[in-house]
Amino acid sequence: MKIDRLVISSLGALAVSAGSAAAIDLTVVSWGGAYSQSQINAYHNPFMELNSDVNIIHDESAAEAVAKLRAMNEAGNITWDLVDVVASDAIRLCDEGLAMEIDFDTMIAPAPDGTSARDDFGELIVTDCFIPQIVYSTTFGYRTDVAEWGGREPSTVCDVFDLENFPGMRSLEKRPINNVEWALHCDGVPLGEIYDALGAEGGLERALAKLDTIRDHVIWWSAGADTPQLLADGEVVMGSTYNGRLFSLIEEKGAPVKMLWDAQAFDLDGWIIPEGLPADRLEATLALLRFATDTQRLADQSKYISYGPARKSSAPLVGMHIELGIDMAPHMPTDPANAENTLIYDYRWWSDYRDDIDAKFQAWLAK
Amino acid sequence: MPIDANTGFVRFEGVQKTYDGKVLVVKDLNLSIGKGEFLTMLGPSGSGKTTCLLMLAGFETATHGEILVDGKPINNIPPHKRGIGMVFQNYALFPHMTVAENLAFPLDVRSVGRDERDAKVKRALDMVQMGGFESRRPLQLSGGQQQRIALARALVFEPDLVLMDEPLGALDKQLREHMQFEIKHLHERLGVTVVYVTHDQTEALTMSDRVAVFDDGRIQQLAAPDHLYEMPENSFVAQFIGENNTLMGIVEELSEDVASVRLDGGEIVSAVPVNVGAVGERTRVSVRPERVELDERKLPSGAHTIAAEVQEFIYMGDIFRTRLKVAGNEDFIVKSRNASNQTRLSPGEKIKIGWLPEDCRALDA
Amino acid sequence: MVTDTANRLRSQAEDSVNLRRKLNRSLRMQKVRALLLIAPLLIFILISFLFPIADMLFRSVENKIVSQVLPRTVASLQSWDPANSDLPNEATFRSIYADLAIAVEQRRNTRVGTRLNYESPGIASLFRKVKRGMTKIDVSSFINFFNDLDSNFRDSEWLAREFSEPELAKLLPFSASALEYWRVENPEGGQPDSYLYVSLAVELISASKAELGELERPIADFLVKAQEQLPRLDHVNLRDAFLEIDRKWGEPTVWRTIKMYSSTLTTGYLLNSIDMKKGLDGPEFRDDSERLYIKIFIRTLVMSLTITLCSLLLGYPVAYFLAHQPLRRANLYLILVLLPFWTSLLVRTSAWKVLLQQEGVINDFMVVLRIIDDSGRLIMINNQFGTIVAMTHILLPFMILPLFSVMKTIPESYVRAAKSLGASSWTAFRRIYFPQTMAGIGAGSVLVFILAIGYYITPELVGGTKGTFISNRIAYHISSSLNWGLAAALASLLFGAVLVLYWVYDRIVGIDNVKLG
Repeated sequence: MKIDRLVISSLGALAVSAGSAAAIDLTVVSWGGAYSQSQINAYHNPFMELNSDVNIIHDESAAEAVAKLRAMNEAGNITWDLVDVVASDAIRLCDEGLAMEIDFDTMIAPAPDGTSARDDFGELIVTDCFIPQIVYSTTFGYRTDVAEWGGREPSTVCDVFDLENFPGMRSLEKRPINNVEWALHCDGVPLGEIYDALGAEGGLERALAKLDTIRDHVIWWSAGADTPQLLADGEVVMGSTYNGRLFSLIEEKGAPVKMLWDAQAFDLDGWIIPEGLPADRLEATLALLRFATDTQRLADQSKYISYGPARKSSAPLVGMHIELGIDMAPHMPTDPANAENTLIYDYRWWSDYRDDIDAKFQAWLAK
Repeated sequence: MPIDANTGFVRFEGVQKTYDGKVLVVKDLNLSIGKGEFLTMLGPSGSGKTTCLLMLAGFETATHGEILVDGKPINNIPPHKRGIGMVFQNYALFPHMTVAENLAFPLDVRSVGRDERDAKVKRALDMVQMGGFESRRPLQLSGGQQQRIALARALVFEPDLVLMDEPLGALDKQLREHMQFEIKHLHERLGVTVVYVTHDQTEALTMSDRVAVFDDGRIQQLAAPDHLYEMPENSFVAQFIGENNTLMGIVEELSEDVASVRLDGGEIVSAVPVNVGAVGERTRVSVRPERVELDERKLPSGAHTIAAEVQEFIYMGDIFRTRLKVAGNEDFIVKSRNASNQTRLSPGEKIKIGWLPEDCRALDA
Repeated sequence: MVTDTANRLRSQAEDSVNLRRKLNRSLRMQKVRALLLIAPLLIFILISFLFPIADMLFRSVENKIVSQVLPRTVASLQSWDPANSDLPNEATFRSIYADLAIAVEQRRNTRVGTRLNYESPGIASLFRKVKRGMTKIDVSSFINFFNDLDSNFRDSEWLAREFSEPELAKLLPFSASALEYWRVENPEGGQPDSYLYVSLAVELISASKAELGELERPIADFLVKAQEQLPRLDHVNLRDAFLEIDRKWGEPTVWRTIKMYSSTLTTGYLLNSIDMKKGLDGPEFRDDSERLYIKIFIRTLVMSLTITLCSLLLGYPVAYFLAHQPLRRANLYLILVLLPFWTSLLVRTSAWKVLLQQEGVINDFMVVLRIIDDSGRLIMINNQFGTIVAMTHILLPFMILPLFSVMKTIPESYVRAAKSLGASSWTAFRRIYFPQTMAGIGAGSVLVFILAIGYYITPELVGGTKGTFISNRIAYHISSSLNWGLAAALASLLFGAVLVLYWVYDRIVGIDNVKLG
């Protein structure tokens, strides 16, 4: 059986290589689960249909991508071709010289109307090495059946800090990013001035003091699946997680939970190409990258998962969910109705202060 | 040493034991052991002898019946309160303790004062000629030395009764014989009651006051060693103790003290009827190899002669061992002393051998 | 007669010497043969195990990057007093210009920035910004200065010929290396980049005039002349140019950090891992709000010991039970003990969540039985209790197996002997059975403790804030912050702690008393 398949695939490869250049394997690294599936459906399978000489191998170790890329680089043996990472990791990889710098004008397809890719992505280009794919947000979901709330429902992110009107356990991510911003915001800092306040003397202490007011009512999560599970089990009454996870909890599983879009924290996920690929693999990878980040493909992805396409030109093309048949536009974090009040994550600031603040945050947690 | 069934120091009364509820490994055991007696339970493995010992020690409980020590039933007394010393097959010396600590252990658990304890340990070690080995660990000792320590440990708290479960089984032959005498002498000196389990008949005959031969969960014969050897009561005992020649036959005539048996070869011999049925039933005639005379001329009057053919002659130093074919039995052994006038036979020779009728016993078939 | 005896004794002595020699030779042969037999394994362990560990541990003190990327700056900062609140002089700024110009081309500016950012937050973006900022710095004066001296300075080939003189390369090492780097990057030749001229200008300040003059090369005269005319470059102010890119270049902290972490070996990571940092007057403790690792180290040790103890308390009776079953049934039960290994660690940990959480099975059960009130549900997960329960469960087989294999070898006759000697069941257990299981207890405890101390997945999932281990921080620094130096330092300390505990254990129990079966 195995041998059969081997024979068939090598025959296939033979047939292809007779017609075109030799077949090539590309290793594409992503997060696994529903997210990888959305990429496979929207980009990888269509690309392989168009380019029969390319075989895409899916690797699901994006969570350790940064460490693994560094290890590969030190060993001088790069086995990955295209890697899905969040923006902050892309900045690290770029800083470390582990990711290739991208020329948006030549390597990335322009929008159908001729707008250059650089303008189409706009301010989402946070580092030279990173091609954003989706905008996702970390935001809150809350249960709609909490008796103690007497029919009230949270309307702003600051209700998370309001134990009087909204008693019960909350779940927050076990890291400082987003939490300290929300804390400062709810301590009276306007969203636009968060990072100035955080960088100022005593800024972090102020945020931690605000978090202190609810710390006995917090379950800290470290995996994206935690909060949906905790909400479903009734272990917490509200909690932060990625909007796509909440979408599937609410729309696919029908849990009595609602989204709280207020002060959602935008973040980006996208591709990097490891530095130092051999020429043939680089060429194939660039072809895949150009295809996977064009306007239509990014819009296609939102058929499978509720994350917003990173290109402005893709937004009008967002349609229905392929299985649920729901119009996906209102579920995008970028939808104007959801994005009235958003936290713009400052990558530069965090790349400088993340380690320092994380140490202090962990010390605070351990107290 | 006659033992009254009601006054014995250790008494088994109608004891039965089964492990699985189906097979009785000990079947209705009745045994009375006198104070100061050295009694050996002898038998092949699986005969129930060790189970009896374990019941006496308290590690197994009797399924039925009563065991009494010094007149008191002990069925419900836990092993550590029975005050019975025990020597195990593999000595069971505690490997993490020194020799002195091993010996002090039974005294410690009895809260014996320190000075008294040390004195007793020293005395016990001297008794087995192991003084000076106090600080050694058991694993640093030879097998014989371990054996002595195990013995000393079982005796150090001066129990009235000592049980020994094949204690010499792991020693080589020479050492084993040496230890047999030592144990026997210790027993004589201390006057302690010993119940000894072994499957080695030489050991049993050498050491015991009385031997209980076990087979199939029953005592086949309980007697002093000489009695056991010379007057086995059934063919199992006859064959188990020492060497024996057996000839199968049918009882022709039977009186109080003589049975006339027609052997399968046709010859008629007379034997002492020990365990035979009625006339016409099959019987097993047994003769000890050393009681058979090869030279017809040396036979006293009244002896019984029978034709034999020499099969094999083996020179064994102190004795000769001759294998004969007698009345159809090709394994008929005769042992003769290596005396200067002894004839050495060669295979194929046809001779007449003989024995006294009182040395010939008719037993169960 | 006397001599006879003496001779005999001597020959006996010689015989015994010969005999010993023969014995040694045959033993040596045996040893060599044995060594050859295990050589493949030995080499495998060395390459795949010891070498990577040593390499990882070495990272806890390794710090080459700063002196490699910023060699001119490091040299220039040698004369600067970090206790001084003044900024370094212009020469240092010119040095860092040359260093960074090369570093940007090599894409190493951000890497050194990341390294220094571990010690002083904010430096990463400072070094990242220079990529764009430096293009705006006007260094044409340096280029012109040398070109005006002689047009040959435009010719990289001529410069390369001149610098091939070892004496010159020794005199101006940084310029030599700058030229060499440029020629490697630009094999077609032409006019070198500005960093070479800046580097030359910096190095000429301190170069010995006499030695320059002694060089028997055409360039010697030009360099002497250049040195005399250097004051003509005094008007160039790279310091202000850097401050214009970012005001932070004007903060002494930045320069202090570079100077303090410029050596190729550093204690910085190790100090950090015990909540200390390098101060101007040697190591000092960090602020209370930043102290973290000592607390977590202690927590890790205490919790690992607790887990070991719990495993022992639970595992001992189980092992005892198993060891006293008939062989066939014992094997069956042993499979049941090992059954958890057939499921993934994540599944087992998640199962504990389902059982222990506030709306979980155990709480529900107790509410139904009215043991607790619905409002008084117990918090049993996301804290130390949860971690101890889950990890004890996961590590229990590692305690049971060595205990079982040791108990199996203890004949029943020991306990029987003890009882027959007058010991009650408890005394027989305490004084005879238990001491003989010490080897199994030792092996199981060492195994469980060492596994526990390095665990991080379970504590991360069920540990909440109070149940995380030092390994969680190591994992964070390996995979998230990429601060491998600190991760290595923490790992080294953990390694050291284990060695110390091992030593203590050896002293108390004796390592010979450890038996895995």
